[in-house]
Amino acid sequence: MKLTGAEILCESLTRLGVRHIFGYPGGAILPVYDALGKSKLHHILVRHEQGATHMADGYARASGGVGVAMATSGPGATNMVTGIATAMLDSSPVVCITGQVSSKLLGSDAFQEIDITGITMPITKHNVVVSRAEDVARTVREAFLIANSGRPGPVLVDITKDAQQASAEFNWEASAPQLPPKRQRSNHDQVEFDRAVELLNSAKRPIILAGRGIMLSGAMQIFEQFVRLGNFPVAMTLLGIGCFPAKDPMNLGMMGMHGEAWVNHAIQESDLLVAVGMRFDDRVTGDLRTYAKGARKIHIEIDRAEINKNVPVDAALIGDAREVLEKLLPSLEKRDRSDWIAHIRELKGDSAVRDIQNLPDSGHLYAAHVINDLWTETQGEAIVVTDVGQHQMWEAQYYHHNQPRSLITSGGLGTMGFALPAAIGAKFAKPDSEVWVVAGDGGFQMTMSELATIVQEKIKINIAIINNGYLGMVRQWQEFFYDKRYVATPLVAPDFAALANSFGIRGERVTSRTDVITTIRSARESSETVLLDFRVEQEDSVYPMVPAGGSLHEMIRRPNNPLVETATEP
Amino acid sequence: MQTLVAYVENKPGVLNRVASLARRLAINIDSLTVGPTENEEVARMTIVAHTDEKGAHRLEASLEKLVNVLLAENISGRSVLERDLALIKVLADQQSRPHLMELIKVFRARVVDVAPESLILEVSGTVDKIDGLLEVLRPFGVLEMARTGRIAMTRGGDLLRPPVAPSKDTDFASTGSKMK
Repeated sequence: MKLTGAEILCESLTRLGVRHIFGYPGGAILPVYDALGKSKLHHILVRHEQGATHMADGYARASGGVGVAMATSGPGATNMVTGIATAMLDSSPVVCITGQVSSKLLGSDAFQEIDITGITMPITKHNVVVSRAEDVARTVREAFLIANSGRPGPVLVDITKDAQQASAEFNWEASAPQLPPKRQRSNHDQVEFDRAVELLNSAKRPIILAGRGIMLSGAMQIFEQFVRLGNFPVAMTLLGIGCFPAKDPMNLGMMGMHGEAWVNHAIQESDLLVAVGMRFDDRVTGDLRTYAKGARKIHIEIDRAEINKNVPVDAALIGDAREVLEKLLPSLEKRDRSDWIAHIRELKGDSAVRDIQNLPDSGHLYAAHVINDLWTETQGEAIVVTDVGQHQMWEAQYYHHNQPRSLITSGGLGTMGFALPAAIGAKFAKPDSEVWVVAGDGGFQMTMSELATIVQEKIKINIAIINNGYLGMVRQWQEFFYDKRYVATPLVAPDFAALANSFGIRGERVTSRTDVITTIRSARESSETVLLDFRVEQEDSVYPMVPAGGSLHEMIRRPNNPLVETATEP
Repeated sequence: MQTLVAYVENKPGVLNRVASLARRLAINIDSLTVGPTENEEVARMTIVAHTDEKGAHRLEASLEKLVNVLLAENISGRSVLERDLALIKVLADQQSRPHLMELIKVFRARVVDVAPESLILEVSGTVDKIDGLLEVLRPFGVLEMARTGRIAMTRGGDLLRPPVAPSKDTDFASTGSKMK
């Protein structure tokens, strides 16, 4: 059967199970759009190509499948760069398809020609230019395979216009992926394995550091068995949140720069760290010279390049988290470890009074109140998509996630503007789930044009803007480290409720604590998207905080709180 | 200095990916040679990098993450045969020429071009040997030099062969290394 390259692309995407494409048309991708119109694929017209990549990313993170974004050549492609980098840093399987000028024009600085494969080389897992229609099907299949295998990541396929227009024989069976043969490294190293088992069974004060790799490998069940048998307390990375239920007593919560004090202290006091599908990011470790000095380390990780990168480990188990845990479990001996767990409870009891939820209600609206109420109202069952900054950390602290893939957030790159488009993507992946955007007033203004996408697509999400009139996290750093010189952080914003109205979306401003729950309820009850503009305390800060490069146990604690006078630093 | 060997797909842009990766990891490359192998679809690289063992591990593991890289291996510390080739154009007048010819013999270099005022010497061997020759040639006047950069191969039964697709003949599957 002869088809054009554009038709082959649409047919291939359909056969790969794609149903939604987030994109923006333009000259060099027009043949594909023409073919799209004749296909069963649902195209979501975004308002900016960055939004398309974040939507595809949110789609991938919510579903576990591959998200697809599409753009034209030149500026369409370059607008995708931030979204591609976001997906790269968080190992999210996204396939970006860009149009390119005809192959005979390549290198001639033609209108809207840009070397997008050159630009995205360091921020994609792989990228490729396709200049022949007969290569389209195989290349797209390879792109999907690469994006969602091993450690996932974004792949960009740049298709020249002539390849879209030319005709070629379409034969699905004959266009199976033909990736170059790779050296098969034997991941199972018996010496490392035995050492890991010995460490696991002999540790007195172990802690598991649980990362997103657990979710990516679908290891949640075996992970829970592992935790139960060894009685291991579990600390979460930001991206690991959800892979182990927050309600589980063994779940300590988030570690790192804004992790709760007891979590960081427990890590520093531990004698064994078991890192599973995480990469010892600097936001997690703080100063490496003082990080968990008394602890041996086991690293379970699929990416060999992560081993010994930041933290030297005593045993490296390279492989898919689920497979490694399945292999380890039979050798794991049951341990009680109640002394250690009781000790952590003590640490926690001490710190818990710092929790803002225990503060007297002084009438002020705090972001933590909003997040806490959102958590209780949704029974912790919503998919929450955050932006980047203070609200993101408060979300991680106060919204307790029990389900995998229910917190979607830009961790590695820390991309402001991520939340709204990523939430749209998540909603397409999980149309029956309740989706909440939690964004700051700064980040929201970066991609708020996607409100129009919501209206055009008639989807229902809920938007909570944590509006403090500042670029809050940067302001907090200025407060702590730059003597409160608030340069370029006070921020004027539009009236978000009125803005929403102008898009045809219901918007409400919330200024008092008593209105938080009622407005959240009414937003949830509405069948259409609702935006809530929460005007919160302007100069609130996220506590505790490990200053960048500081030691994990040396946290800045919540000040001026009469309830915490008795709290002691170890 | 660390020496890595990589088998890569013989395709446009692959050298760029490899070089770009070293740049991203802030590893300075001392020399990088690429050449075809007995399999025309596969090229072999020898990369000599200014880094320590940890950096070399990072480079090796990151290289293998590239789709176009079939295998990458740090061979530093193993029994390795290493060769560099240099063409050196050196001033040689009637007076100095006999003395020069003596030196050339000692270094087992060859004269590959003779001109009235200069000679071109070809010498191959370890980097140290070529550096040594260069040192003694300097007083005569070195006019130009071109060096290939190192190529390296592990000795004897320590085989490092490109992996082949499992569907094909698997007798020649990569041996890789016994090291982690």
